[in-house]
Amino acid sequence: MFISLFGAVESGVIYAIMALGVYLTFRVLDFPDLTVEGSFVTGASVAAFSIINGVPPIIATLLAAVAGFLAGCVTGVLHTKGKINSLLAGILMMTALYSINLRIMDQPTLSLLNETTLFQQLTSIWDAIGLDSVFNGLLSAIGMERFPKTWSIVIVMIFVTLAIKLLTDYFLKTEVGLALRAIGDNKKMIRSLSANTDSLIIVGVGISNALVALSGGLIAQLGGFSDVNMGLGLIVIGLASIIIGEALFGTKTIVRATLAVILGAVIYRIIVTLALRFDFLETGDMKLITAIIVVVALVAPRIIQSRKEKRRRIMKRQQLKAGGDSHA
Amino acid sequence: MLKLQDISITFNEGTPDEKKALQNINLELEKGDFVTVIGSNGAGKSTLMNIVSGVLIPDVGDVFINGKQVVDLPEYKRSKYIGRVFQDPMAGTAPSMTIEENLAMAYSRIRKRILKLGVTKQRKEMFRDYLKTLNLGLEDRLTAKVGLLSGGERQALSLLMSTFTQPDILLLDEHTAALDPSRAELITNLTEKVVKESGLTTLMITHNMQQALDLGNRLIMMDKGQIIFDVRGKEKQNLTIENLLHEFQRIRGEQFGSDRAVLN
Repeated sequence: MFISLFGAVESGVIYAIMALGVYLTFRVLDFPDLTVEGSFVTGASVAAFSIINGVPPIIATLLAAVAGFLAGCVTGVLHTKGKINSLLAGILMMTALYSINLRIMDQPTLSLLNETTLFQQLTSIWDAIGLDSVFNGLLSAIGMERFPKTWSIVIVMIFVTLAIKLLTDYFLKTEVGLALRAIGDNKKMIRSLSANTDSLIIVGVGISNALVALSGGLIAQLGGFSDVNMGLGLIVIGLASIIIGEALFGTKTIVRATLAVILGAVIYRIIVTLALRFDFLETGDMKLITAIIVVVALVAPRIIQSRKEKRRRIMKRQQLKAGGDSHA
Repeated sequence: MLKLQDISITFNEGTPDEKKALQNINLELEKGDFVTVIGSNGAGKSTLMNIVSGVLIPDVGDVFINGKQVVDLPEYKRSKYIGRVFQDPMAGTAPSMTIEENLAMAYSRIRKRILKLGVTKQRKEMFRDYLKTLNLGLEDRLTAKVGLLSGGERQALSLLMSTFTQPDILLLDEHTAALDPSRAELITNLTEKVVKESGLTTLMITHNMQQALDLGNRLIMMDKGQIIFDVRGKEKQNLTIENLLHEFQRIRGEQFGSDRAVLN
């Protein structure tokens, strides 16, 4: 139980980077971008291909992000210059990327089992410091018997993801970032304030997909493979993370909203892991579970809200009635 | 300051819906001119505004701002010279962003946007000082989301956002039409004050004849895509609604087109 939850947090923190990317398009730009299903795999493929061909893993990971940025820019150009509907532009790019990803890998799956990945490098440095024994010591002190393989990935990735979050927060408060947010809010207005909405959208979708591809490159290294189908249904997972996060933690400010998205991504992984522990559910049911989670996260807050409203109204009426009686 | 030369534009050319929205318009505004534009619906007032702001490109004709030919500049580039307030109070501000963020975006209108914080301590102070001039208490609500403001407050903010960076041209497109009478009066007074204080070259569309007479140093009346009446200075000051309607009948030989304009 603890080990599988640990795994959920580990991958959840990496998927959170993808969710931040989806947040940038869906929420900030109001641009439902389906490119992510392709660019996630592009990130994974580029990272895997580069590592196999002897590129240092850290460079390979950055290359993944660059590839995603370019893919996103193409979607942005299709939408702004080609005047193609945003949903369709994303679908077109996602479809095109499927073939491109196959070309990059030259086969449907690339294995990284015999390669040194970023995380293996990380773990060996970590082990040299010997921090795992400290954490495991803590665990055994509270009576745990089985320990995770390494703490390095989860802890380093928490820092990396938080760093990306802080950068995103800062970016969205800069002059460029403000204009980007205004595009999702009031395009007419920001154009009248001399912002080039076309280039902003292109760059915005690019950055979003850079994050998604970065996440893909890291997931490939965590899982030890890149597969041409690993992006399937990813957009719903990204949305699920955003919606769960927003429902639980709110969106009052940008700082809070991005944190909500990250926590949402981790919680989504935990929910899926817990759900799969039921014997009658199979791995293939994941997508169904995801869809149900999204529906619940969308509907539940509204039901709770209307219940509250109803109770408030009943209370108010009773108060009035009681007050009226006493006057009578 | 602003010069429109031989502007014509036709919509849906060659179809039964063909409409000559503007025909051979020539208009020149001196620096500091405050021109009010009246005319019935479909007279071409909004088209004129859109030609100036770059939303529409004329079929023929040139637009000059400050002696510079701008007819080929896309809307966002031309916005560097032009401040705009729209009719819809929702149109001029970003509702889910805060007052200070909206002001910061307006502050960037005449600058290149870079990766520096939009709202700094220094700018906050400046925004607060500007907001104080509105007398609406907005200076104490810098971090409130603009979506929470009333229509009048939002329109006052829009007016401030489009003027505090001293644009070459200020375009007001029926910016009081969607407000209740008392709010409309407030915005009208603010407009008069701002334009007078900063000497902005202003073009204002209105459906309200009284407003067109009260404000500005020059009035033009449009009908069927043409400027049919143009008065300024003393002559304008002595004008009344009666005169205006009479003038329209004399030129066009018919009743002034819009009931709405008459009722106002």
